[in-house]
Amino acid sequence: MTEQILTTRMDAHPSDSHTLSVYEQTGGYQALRKALGMKPEEIAEEVKVSNIAGRGGAGFPTGVKWGFLAPAQPRYLVINADESEPGTFKDRQLLERDPHQLVEGIVISAYALAANRAFVYVRGEYPRPARRVHAAIEEARQAGYIGEDILGSGFSLDVSVHLGAGAYICGEETALLNSLEGLRGEPRIKPPFPAVEGLYGKPTIVNNVETISNIPWIVTNGGAAYDAIGPEGSKGTRLFSVSGHIERPGNYEIVMGMTWRNLIYDLGGGVRGGKDLKAWIPGGASAPWLTPEHLDEPITIQACARLGTMLGSGGIVVMDETTNVVAAALSLVRFFAHESCGQCTPCREGATWLERILERILHGEGRPSDLDLLLDVSDNISPGLKWPPAMTTICPLGPSAVSPITSILTHFREEVAAMVGGEVAAGV
Amino acid sequence: MTWSSATSERADAIVARYPKPRSAVMPLLYLAMHEEGRLTDEGMQEVAARIGITSAQVLAVASFYTMFKREVGRHVVSVCRSIACHLLDSQAVIDAVADESGVPPGETAADGSLTVEAVECIGACGGAPAIQVDYEMVEGLTPDKARELVRWLLDEQPDLVRSDEMQERFGGQRSFDWGPDDPAAALGPYPAFAPFGTVGGGS
Repeated sequence: MTEQILTTRMDAHPSDSHTLSVYEQTGGYQALRKALGMKPEEIAEEVKVSNIAGRGGAGFPTGVKWGFLAPAQPRYLVINADESEPGTFKDRQLLERDPHQLVEGIVISAYALAANRAFVYVRGEYPRPARRVHAAIEEARQAGYIGEDILGSGFSLDVSVHLGAGAYICGEETALLNSLEGLRGEPRIKPPFPAVEGLYGKPTIVNNVETISNIPWIVTNGGAAYDAIGPEGSKGTRLFSVSGHIERPGNYEIVMGMTWRNLIYDLGGGVRGGKDLKAWIPGGASAPWLTPEHLDEPITIQACARLGTMLGSGGIVVMDETTNVVAAALSLVRFFAHESCGQCTPCREGATWLERILERILHGEGRPSDLDLLLDVSDNISPGLKWPPAMTTICPLGPSAVSPITSILTHFREEVAAMVGGEVAAGV
Repeated sequence: MTWSSATSERADAIVARYPKPRSAVMPLLYLAMHEEGRLTDEGMQEVAARIGITSAQVLAVASFYTMFKREVGRHVVSVCRSIACHLLDSQAVIDAVADESGVPPGETAADGSLTVEAVECIGACGGAPAIQVDYEMVEGLTPDKARELVRWLLDEQPDLVRSDEMQERFGGQRSFDWGPDDPAAALGPYPAFAPFGTVGGGS
């Protein structure tokens, strides 16, 4: 049986899981009471022991990140709810269906980090999730879980929702902080990292929605109990978004370590219409693709790294045998070209050139030399075309545009070659 | 132009909620759109004056983000074209919307009724292909249902746009169980969010 941490309440209370009353009836805010009786450093230690890794994309251990927080005050906790990675819709469900789980996680985390101000940065295209989390914050404020002297602990916290306005790059944590400061959402050069100089130049922790939604469970059950779930290096459950040519699309909370075959065929019902599987993206648009020979590999951070890809944001996009890989790669590359902030030349120019070359191949105007040209442009964005990618840019957006290129030219080179100067292959 | 007293009060409250006033520039840009239906030079000057920065600094921010629009219709229809929607033929939905409305993607109808755009991922991959109207979600579209949705917007000219109602009438497969209805509705081509005063229909 799959262990559930994040999605139990929404399954058991489908009509009102987002309300304070249901949250409290099902044990909600008890973890906060427990936490406020602990020392902040004891909570941070539990999070470290849990070995939970960040769920936003980079997969960095949360407890280690917290450990980098500089001592200066004021300091900030910022929740990254700018979910925009194509293929990913898990945070949307957590925000809409169980916002108090996140809010309790925020209050506990802010206490552990000695931060008195927290922001939830929600993408502008998520008004419904933003409304739900805003309502939950206000309910929690009324109930005394947010505000001055929370539950008589002496700890005070204010939390508010900040709405983005349609820029994927604001999911990069330093771009998010610039956006929150009222600037263009351009990533900052690092170091300094946000834990040292973040929002308004002050120490700041930026964590993903799913990461912080796990904190109440970790405090209730202990870091060791969380660490007991899942294989070494890939601890806990994860919420994966499964989409594309899949029979049963949706969000699946699973313990890491199951195979791709389990997830795609057993849980997801297999490829739509009984067609054959051609490839899948294992962790959002930025991740290099996997192919059917990898079906029996375990879903772990380590196995993905060994295969030259990543679990990233947890967005799995399934492509069936009819998929035109050039058209699919174009959709992905166009996304990155559109979302490039424009600061770094290799990303701004390179992604646009990749888009144009793929477009002409798709339209039957490609040249045989275009395959090498695609790789050459890619190499100028990310030298050596390695994984994890080498960077010529301030942030990983540029190298992300390279992933679809290396994917199609590694796994489907003959198919791409057949399209160059020839007929356009059938299919989407 | 000068903002209404309700919008002014809202703006003051928003600015006061941030440690530094400049952080309020994005929320105030939404207020400016709500006030005039779109972003104008005057609206940006108002934002600049309230925050204490130049209107050029406000324009630098506004021009970075796709949702701050200087030209926009009464409703904005955003059809997703990113990978999951692409695989499930979002192009046919984009074509249907453009054909039924007579508005090509990226443009606004001459009568100001609709803006149509093909957009990047809106986080509805499990319910692909998906559309947002005034950023309210509709999942599991077909080209025919997308045409009906456009006709509804053009013929009935709803003042309020509500996600659950559109999903019921025009939608199909959803990314996940949405749970209970959300009574909140959008008032125009900007997100429906209570602190902005852009929510209609009781939330």
